Amino acid sequence: MMNDRENAFHIVAYCCHYCAYAAADLAGVLRLRYPAEIKIVELPCTGRIDAREILLTLEHGADGVMIAGCLEGDCHFQDGNINARRRIERLKQTLSEIGMDPGRIEMYNLSSAQGNRFAEVATEMTERIIELGPSPFRTMVRIEDAVESNP
Amino acid sequence: MIVAEQKPLEEIKSLIADYQNVLVVGCGTCVTVCFAGGEKEAGILASSLRMATKLDGNTKQVDHLVVQRQCEWEYIDPIKEQVDKADIVLSIGCGIGVQALVERFPDAIVVPGLNTTFLGLPTEQGIWEERCAACGECILGLTGGICPIARCAKQLLNGPCGGSQNGMCEINPDTPCAWQLIYDKLESQGRLELIMEIFPSKDWSNSRDGGPRKITREDLRLAAEETE
Repeated sequence: MMNDRENAFHIVAYCCHYCAYAAADLAGVLRLRYPAEIKIVELPCTGRIDAREILLTLEHGADGVMIAGCLEGDCHFQDGNINARRRIERLKQTLSEIGMDPGRIEMYNLSSAQGNRFAEVATEMTERIIELGPSPFRTMVRIEDAVESNP
Repeated sequence: MIVAEQKPLEEIKSLIADYQNVLVVGCGTCVTVCFAGGEKEAGILASSLRMATKLDGNTKQVDHLVVQRQCEWEYIDPIKEQVDKADIVLSIGCGIGVQALVERFPDAIVVPGLNTTFLGLPTEQGIWEERCAACGECILGLTGGICPIARCAKQLLNGPCGGSQNGMCEINPDTPCAWQLIYDKLESQGRLELIMEIFPSKDWSNSRDGGPRKITREDLRLAAEETE
């Protein structure tokens, strides 16, 4: 029987240093709760993210990927968040072609002052992923592991 | 550069359906610059295929590598070992790259992951446009540097035709009429007399009509290869 740790959902949140990462920090300072399923990876800008990293994240069993950048028009590097949005839109099409629900990835925009918004989107994303269920790759890895350990 | 775009994943899946070990081979030249078959695209395609085939219940081993130029022997010879190990090679080079792999590795099954589309340039980031049709007999010197073979839908040599409306081509309101562009360019340079020149029928035997083309430069050939 799988324990709670194995049952837990894993959502990787790629967060921009200048906004979402600071907002997550602020959410902590404000003692706001957001789901433990969210695992934050800090980026210098969401413009740094590329489709390959997100695909590998999903391929390795993450149930969902959330990309959180600055409000449009407020990017520290001018338009990194707009570039990221376009890449995410294309990647959603790729996910559909692969046969995965494109809802497993989502881009959010927020400012560093929006700790409450961070908690809100983290909760929203987690609820969505729980509704979609565990990643098919996580399940397959488990089955393969199980076959190997119990031939 | 040669401009290409990736085939739909479904088509690629059907091309590799009967094989288990797939090697995606990208190219570091033209298709890297047009974001169709470089290191990043090879990685994305390999990952996509691993995921898609797992979901289909037919998990495949998909690896990828990139050579600097898929159309030259010296760059593809070093990947012989990986090609030999694979059941099928999925080339995301242009059509030349695919055929170079086929010629160099006669036993390998090689299929294309891209549709090689045209010879062109990026007019801005993310937009590529056709500029050359490789017709084998360049007339750009007489047309203000604008090619009517590549850019006129009818490949007219004495245009424009009646389908030119307000400077745009009738095939698409976003496509400029090549002959309007030529007229405007020659006029702005004070060379409008060139447009009065009537082009005789073009010798298409220099183009595809003459069959596959070949250029031999004796001064560049290596003695060792000549005797082979």
